[in-house]
Amino acid sequence: MPEGDLTWLIGGAQGGGVDTSGGVFARFAVRSGARVFSNIEYHSNIMGEHSYYRVRMAKQDRHSILDRVNVLVALDLESLTGDPHLEFPYPQSFRGHVPEVLPGGIVIYDTDSKFNPTQAERGDITFVGLPYLELLREALKDFGRENDASRLRIITNTIAVGASVFAIGGDIETFAQVYRDDFTGRRADVAEMNARAATVGYECASRELGGRSPFDLKGLGKVPSGRRPMLLRGMHACAIGKLKAGLNLQTYYPISPATDESVYLEGLQRSQNLLVVQAEDEIACIQMAVGAANAGARAATSTSGPGFALMVEGLGYASITEVPGPVVFLWQRGGPSTGLPTRQDQGDLRFALHPAQGDFPHIVVAPADPQQIMEDSFEAFNWADRYQMPVVVIVDKYLSTQHATVQDLNMENLVIDRGPRFTPNGRVNGAGEDYLRFRFTESGVSPRSFPGEEGGIFWSTSDEHDERGHITEDPENRIRMMEKRMGKLDLAASEIPSERKVSVYGPDDADVTLVGWGSVKGTVLDAMDVIAREDGTKLRFVQVRLMRPFPVEEVTAALSGAQRLILVEGNYTGQLGGLVREMTGINLPQKVLKYDGRPFSEEEMVEALRQAIASKEERIHVSHRSG
Amino acid sequence: MIAEETYTAKDYKTPVHVNWCPACGDFGIVTALQNALAMLQIPPYKVAVFSGIGCSGKTPHYINAYGFHTLHGRVLPNATGAKLANRELTVIAVGGDGDGYGIGAGYFVNSGRRNLDFTYLVFDNGVYGLTKGQGAPTLARGQRTKSMPEPAIQDSLNPIALAIGSGYTFVARGYAFDTKGLAPLIAEAMEHRGSSFIDILQTCPTYNDLMTVNWLKETIDEQPRLYKLADEGYDGVVRDPSSVAEVVAKKSQAVEKSYEWGDRIPLGVFYQARLRTYEEELESRLPLFADAPLIGWDVSNRDVAPLLHVLR
Repeated sequence: MPEGDLTWLIGGAQGGGVDTSGGVFARFAVRSGARVFSNIEYHSNIMGEHSYYRVRMAKQDRHSILDRVNVLVALDLESLTGDPHLEFPYPQSFRGHVPEVLPGGIVIYDTDSKFNPTQAERGDITFVGLPYLELLREALKDFGRENDASRLRIITNTIAVGASVFAIGGDIETFAQVYRDDFTGRRADVAEMNARAATVGYECASRELGGRSPFDLKGLGKVPSGRRPMLLRGMHACAIGKLKAGLNLQTYYPISPATDESVYLEGLQRSQNLLVVQAEDEIACIQMAVGAANAGARAATSTSGPGFALMVEGLGYASITEVPGPVVFLWQRGGPSTGLPTRQDQGDLRFALHPAQGDFPHIVVAPADPQQIMEDSFEAFNWADRYQMPVVVIVDKYLSTQHATVQDLNMENLVIDRGPRFTPNGRVNGAGEDYLRFRFTESGVSPRSFPGEEGGIFWSTSDEHDERGHITEDPENRIRMMEKRMGKLDLAASEIPSERKVSVYGPDDADVTLVGWGSVKGTVLDAMDVIAREDGTKLRFVQVRLMRPFPVEEVTAALSGAQRLILVEGNYTGQLGGLVREMTGINLPQKVLKYDGRPFSEEEMVEALRQAIASKEERIHVSHRSG
Repeated sequence: MIAEETYTAKDYKTPVHVNWCPACGDFGIVTALQNALAMLQIPPYKVAVFSGIGCSGKTPHYINAYGFHTLHGRVLPNATGAKLANRELTVIAVGGDGDGYGIGAGYFVNSGRRNLDFTYLVFDNGVYGLTKGQGAPTLARGQRTKSMPEPAIQDSLNPIALAIGSGYTFVARGYAFDTKGLAPLIAEAMEHRGSSFIDILQTCPTYNDLMTVNWLKETIDEQPRLYKLADEGYDGVVRDPSSVAEVVAKKSQAVEKSYEWGDRIPLGVFYQARLRTYEEELESRLPLFADAPLIGWDVSNRDVAPLLHVLR
């Protein structure tokens, strides 16, 4: 574990404010000068199941979580001692977060929770027990509302978090200011009650700990004097890219974990001038997006595995009718079927590559960090217009929910390209116009008209068709149309710049080359630093970003000189490994795989890579240690 | 109507070879649709015709307008997307009864809920013709056409009642070979603001030997089987759309009337109400929606700085 990094974790019942408290704390940490990486884990449940929010703080940017915890804030007993459902349905699998706390760490708990610290058998950590509700009453006295304590019980979270601000060595005024910035106007009293509660918790922890904070958050960095960095989620980056691209219409049907992005965009409809439609199912979502794209809109839809499974006929349809798009964001979760609705997985790559019947072109791209997500989100619309095919951007739950400090998104060189457009020929009436929507051209792309444009009438059919768009089963035409459509993939492959296809991190003369995609990138990069520093082993990481058309040359070039190759993926079969072998003939003999529904932590990655490097093991399965 | 006609029915025809069976009811519907477009003098390039899959799915190829032959059951969401993108388009959706009430039933219902301004014509012949005559959702229990190995095992659905329950604000029944009546009925539907729906009785001469032209033309007890609602004093139009009581009364009346079938089959408008459309909802929510179609909004240089600022 890197020197000086701190992890703060808050656990509690779902629906009990864990997400809010975690979010406020993460922003406080940023304002205190730390670089932050945080993530939330939650069940497919509205209320009651265990949820936790983890905030990693460091001097430099980090891209992964740490399992081990310095300060634990327990909002309930389960966060301390684990799953209370001992008999059913399984033997206890979650044993609470106390085992994750490092020696010298602090645990903040409610003395009303029936928790007995001595039973934890952790003499090496400090338990700070606070009477949450009683302290809240004290805090509310300033507002004359001490009798409302039960009704305002949610603010006990802030008592506990305020205590943790002391433990982590933070400044309580900086923390309180986050609430004051969030709650203004009529809700300013909410901010003040929380600010007061935090201070009461802070002072109480100070007394319990003898006035000395065991950790030094302030030592991680200076309070930013100019513009603070953002605390950005992958879904924010996705939405920003779409907005910059001129998105007109987004459709969605509620599904975890994709919905956050659409709801975020829906909230921006009025200010950013776009339309977000919640449709009746994912089939309607993609068909509406196709209809809108055909009509000239920049259209997108966003979903997760089960919804994507319903959309796939629409992808084949959009492809054969050469619709410019739609852009489909696929936020992966654990499959198959309903699988793990709120948990991490990278098991949909092969599905995204072969979603529907027949041979047809579409583009699949897999960004791996906020900057890449914004770029691909933007560029996907250009590709859709330029190559007239659907574009799937495959991301995942972890990329959606993780928050990372980002100083700025680089939005230079974002240029909208609507692709080849038809020019009116002046003829209006009658059939048999000169304009052919699916004209055979050298590039394979036919200039398109927008419905409503005079002289641009065309027909479009999901059947095989001629240049005019009418049905034909003629074999010669079939061959030419297949070649026209599939040829556009070669065009895309030749025009998309290499840096959008593959990224290589680390020295060329590395001892070992790692191969992966999507959200594993951040953890791999952090683990590479640790291994280089502690073991002296030089590692290199090849991130495959463009999945279709597959960058055969770039991947071959990146892998052919490598001494040793290890695949790292968050799925069971190593889907990218199979794809690399199919497309380049290069075998990745060792695989590090995780498919337990949780993202790789840095420690897990370090340990698994060390094991792989030290052995010839072909499959190394990583399993989750906590939560 | 303007004095001089710029467009005639011929302007909405294409030279594409029509490969429906001889005497198919679809011919009557396409002709009526072309006549309706000419009646309303809508320039062909401002019309977009969407279809599902099946015999009826070929309709757009025979109409000189932007034509989209989509997927089985998916015509309505497709048409919806196009209409949302460009509300200036005249959007017409067509499909069979299997397409609309079977595989596309969910979209039939939910499109009614939106009340977007478009027209949906269902070619209702009780069978899946293109796959050689299997029973479709409007074939009644026990009915057996000549190509079915067994009689229909489940009840037919009632398209008129379903449309009213779903929220369509113009609900009518037509007949494919009602050469004088169908075109004006379609024109009326197109002029209606909101989602208009016409279930069109369409004979399938090849596979449906029950609902034939001769059967429909029959007279029972000196009364023709097919009759016009208006001829018998039926009035389905809501006069005061702000009156919930009147809307409910007219809907109830229409649903009751929709169960009249057999010896007497009514044609015409069962129900019509000028209720708030999806476009009007959007006008009240999105500042630019009333001014220009979505695709005309200048969103090429959005300022996202305020969005990023709140994340700092």
